[in-house]
Amino acid sequence: MSSSSLKADPVVLPNLPSSIAQIGVMTKYELLNYFRSRRFFILLIIDLIISSIFTALVAYYGVSSFATAALGFYSFWWGNSITLVVILSGIFFGGDAISGEFQNKTGYFLVGNPLRRSSIYVGKWIAALTASLIILAIYAAIAIGNGIYYFGANLPYQFGESLIFSVLYLIAVLGFTFFFSSLFKSSSMSILVTAILFLFAFSLIQVIVSTLAQVEPWFIITYGSGIIGNVLTDPYPTTQTVRGGFRGDTSRVFAVSIPEGIAILVGYFVVTAVLGLLFFERKEFT
Amino acid sequence: MSSPSIEAVNLSKRYGSFSALSNLNLKIEGSKCVGFLGPNGAGKTTTLKLFTDMIRASEGKALINGISVHENKKKALASVGSLIESPEIYPSLTPRDALSMVAEIRGMPRSDRKKKIEEVVAEVKMEEWLDKKVGKFSKGMKQRINISAALLSEPEILLLDEPSTGLDPRGMSEVREIVKSLKHKNRLIFMSSHLLNEVSEICDEVAMIDHGKLLVYDKLNNVVSRFSGDGGEIIIDVGLSRDIDDQTISRSISSLSGVVSAEKLEMKSLRIKFSGTLENQEKLLSDLVALKIGLVSFHPSSSALEDTYLNMIKATL
Ligand SMILES: Nc1ncnc2c1ncn2[C@@H]1O[C@H](COP(=O)(O)OP(=O)(O)OP(=O)(O)O)[C@@H](O)[C@H]1O
Ligand SMILES: [Mg+2]
Repeated sequence: MSSSSLKADPVVLPNLPSSIAQIGVMTKYELLNYFRSRRFFILLIIDLIISSIFTALVAYYGVSSFATAALGFYSFWWGNSITLVVILSGIFFGGDAISGEFQNKTGYFLVGNPLRRSSIYVGKWIAALTASLIILAIYAAIAIGNGIYYFGANLPYQFGESLIFSVLYLIAVLGFTFFFSSLFKSSSMSILVTAILFLFAFSLIQVIVSTLAQVEPWFIITYGSGIIGNVLTDPYPTTQTVRGGFRGDTSRVFAVSIPEGIAILVGYFVVTAVLGLLFFERKEFT
Repeated sequence: MSSPSIEAVNLSKRYGSFSALSNLNLKIEGSKCVGFLGPNGAGKTTTLKLFTDMIRASEGKALINGISVHENKKKALASVGSLIESPEIYPSLTPRDALSMVAEIRGMPRSDRKKKIEEVVAEVKMEEWLDKKVGKFSKGMKQRINISAALLSEPEILLLDEPSTGLDPRGMSEVREIVKSLKHKNRLIFMSSHLLNEVSEICDEVAMIDHGKLLVYDKLNNVVSRFSGDGGEIIIDVGLSRDIDDQTISRSISSLSGVVSAEKLEMKSLRIKFSGTLENQEKLLSDLVALKIGLVSFHPSSSALEDTYLNMIKATL
């Protein structure tokens, strides 16, 4: 066999870009893929349809049927729809982010290259966030345009807060959907499960836990997202004890406070980001 | 001169209780092409996946240039190009996009990228498709792009899992030419294949595996002579320009020295079982020519490896 009695010189390795730079490359091509594959534009059209429905409602019934001041207007428009917009972004860009790489075998093209797996995950995540933010910005611009048209250019500061909370919610939702998609190896399965979770399951659990069990549902992400709408309500809603029920029992109606909401959303993001990275790191391309 | 190497140390992979690869110890070093042979399910793809950190070893280590692939994937794979299990490219991207992505991940200087991408795509004869979306490509066309992606950064080590899968005959021969040309550039090529003629044509060494166990790793010639040469026979396929009659075969050819048996395969071809050294083979060839039977081809090698392969694999069943 090969007689390697001579000690070979170490192989000269090429200079690879830093992991940060490689994340940037991943983000760039993932975005390119979103735009080319029309995924981005389909979601944009859906969001434009939602915007048009609101615009038409307000124009047809008159703004006074919905709000008397700017804050109420944004509460009606933004407060009622932005969580859906965020969830749709989560489903479109995160629902099969990782599972799709396995099912379609596109992950095999990348994974044999000299880059960390975490760089693939993070790069894709940043691309999903970027694409979602563009859509969120367009959605906000249409809402603000209408607000200015009906109530003038002074935006209530609460709307600014609500915007920031929406972005925080988006970050948490994408963290969650990426993590969730790393548990599956089938695209459609992971999209379906994420959609069911965010569109029905979380709200259902929230209702059951808070109304029936009378426990504050602090462990549910959609409860945390309540701050987006709450901050647009003046005065800010608080947890109320109400008399009701047939025997005059008291029951509590929970309202998430801003610090609680932020803690829930940040908590969701941190936990799911760590878990998602760990899962993807350990996942086998069999 | 630097010398690329890959090494498996007690490398094992289990799926549940099933052992897909057991205790592989294999060190390949230097610029050469090593064919990786074994029947379906033998553990070839498993081994190559362990070398690219696509799956985790149950035990042992996969080292590339002495660096553990699992512990330091980025560094270990820095000068490795791989093609394992026909990956897919995002259907909406073009080969140019996909190769640019690889080039950027690998840090190829911006100034070289365009030229280099066009070069490798030309090498796999896909120039015309450079700016078309991959989604519409046929299987073989995708495989060609995958090959070009593996070659793009001019890696010192190439790990190829059945690179000619899905290619047309011309494509297969082009792959052979590409691999041959790489051998002249100080490259280590570790290539699994079921095409024994491909392996015997381009590889210097072969490793054979079955049921997750390495059976042999040695120079091609040694393997062939060790397991089918001594005592055993080599099969030589002979092509003729015209029909041959049975008498010539039974009288003239069967009595040539070293010939164990000779039979007619089709109208214009013969299969000779032969036992002897290379010098005897040379003699046989000149004897056949002297018989003026219209000899046009003489193919000993591929079948010899096939014989070896069949002997080896049978032995472990
Ligand atoms: N994810 C998995 N789960 C369970 N067993 C697996 C898995 N992947 C591979 N195997 C088993 O491991 C063994 C080796 O498979 P491998 O793909 O390495 O074979 P191979 O030599 O590449 O075969 P082929 O020539 O068919 O490509 C097979 O018996 C296969 O069934
Ligand atoms: Mg295989």
